[in-house]
Amino acid sequence: MIAEWFGRAGNFSLTLLIVTVYGLLVGAFIERTIAKVQGRIGIPYRQPFINILKTLVKRTAVSHGIMFYLGPVFRIAGGIGTLAFIPVIYGSETFANFSYAGDLFLVIYFMFFGQLGMALGAGESGHPYSAIGIARGLSQMTAYEVPFALAVISIVIQYDTLSITEIVAAQQGGWQHWTLFTNWVATLAAMLAFLGMTGYSPFDIFLAPQEIPIGPPTEFHSAYLSLLQTNRALFGATKLVLFMNLFFGGATGWIELMIKTLAIYMVAVVVGVAFPRFRVDQSIRFFFKIPTLIGIISIIYVQMMFTS
Amino acid sequence: MKKTPSTLSTLENAGLSAEDQLLFSNARPRPYEPYPIKAIEDFANWARANSLWILAFGTGCCSIELRPLMTARFDASRFGVAGRPTPRQSSVFIIGGYVSVKTLKRIVRSYEQMQGPKFIIALGSCPANGGMYFDSYNTINQFDLYLPVDLYVTGCMPRPEALLGAILELQDDIKAGKCDGANRYIEHFDEYKANQKKVIKDWNMPDYNW
Repeated sequence: MIAEWFGRAGNFSLTLLIVTVYGLLVGAFIERTIAKVQGRIGIPYRQPFINILKTLVKRTAVSHGIMFYLGPVFRIAGGIGTLAFIPVIYGSETFANFSYAGDLFLVIYFMFFGQLGMALGAGESGHPYSAIGIARGLSQMTAYEVPFALAVISIVIQYDTLSITEIVAAQQGGWQHWTLFTNWVATLAAMLAFLGMTGYSPFDIFLAPQEIPIGPPTEFHSAYLSLLQTNRALFGATKLVLFMNLFFGGATGWIELMIKTLAIYMVAVVVGVAFPRFRVDQSIRFFFKIPTLIGIISIIYVQMMFTS
Repeated sequence: MKKTPSTLSTLENAGLSAEDQLLFSNARPRPYEPYPIKAIEDFANWARANSLWILAFGTGCCSIELRPLMTARFDASRFGVAGRPTPRQSSVFIIGGYVSVKTLKRIVRSYEQMQGPKFIIALGSCPANGGMYFDSYNTINQFDLYLPVDLYVTGCMPRPEALLGAILELQDDIKAGKCDGANRYIEHFDEYKANQKKVIKDWNMPDYNW
């Protein structure tokens, strides 16, 4: 029993490493793509790794209190915890992580956890822009969680399970079985929520460069920042894997995973480069109107289509 | 023995009122040693050189030469250069042109809030010798009396190519382990502070902005 748990923890460490590195590379790839659009060369692929290393080897750091220390720790715990319960590769023992019967609820809880920890940490830094960023971030999170939760409830009714592995299993056997095609209403609501989750324009109101300079992490520096940077890559990739599992049929190999997650990410990037930033009230009103409505419709749809 | 400022273990923070003194740290900054193993320090310096984050604080007219660096023509991001809106996260301070006494106060605050190792590039003639403002009543003439400068770029104004060249040269210096301005500032802290207080008359901030 203990040997089995150690084995699973070892497997999970491997998954964690791969997903983090993949997240950093995807970040660099997206930066380079945007640079190419703007006629620039863009950052080298190694740049995110050097940035993390550099912040880690800074010689000085100041603290603003205990919660300031714990903020980035909670943040990355949220990222690691989210990944821990998502099966990354369908049908693989090694990359199934700690997936179990009710993991979907736990994953949704863990996605909140990091943000709340960060809110406490950034709050203690005492910087006014941090407080504004936190207020904006949490209110937007509350707003986009509504359509996302409705979409998740919809597919839970559709597949009659709370296990991500079983949801992926139900989508196997061809693209026409993906949730994207069997329950496109829920997918639409979730993808609109996804735009808010990634924090690209028009929903980058909590980082808001040039407005409230980078918001919550304003005071974080040195090793704190390297934790946040690592989590940014890890959490971003984890969310992509979750969306791929829930709506796009999962993946049976790493190549399939990369293609699908990149395609999902590109939705947010394309919307991001095409639209300017919303104001706070516009963003929150948006989520409470159209995506929420679509989410409610998705539940009615799934009731009509899949339950007798 | 008479207590000179350099023998005190804490800072006086004399510029602050009694109740404000409780709100600010009065600890003295300490110089930092490099890693004991040279290979690790070289590796750290390589990382520092290839990830230069510039504080987005335009202190004078030469700052207008900073903006083109990020555009398609010069694209400094391929060398790991990025702008950072907060001093906490940035490692390079580009003094963009003339420094008025009012700005100097803000520059000192921002510089001290940056985390070491940190580097200063003085852009244009004005920080070096006053330039065309050499006899102005409110502009300082020699910037490195007040903060340690790692690299000067002369010209009025220097072209963005010159600034890009300076950044590449700064990278070489960092990799060679030559840029130790942050420690120089701490080691000669009292001289630098005395010079700053000589020109900044309304000193109403702590002696070191942690």
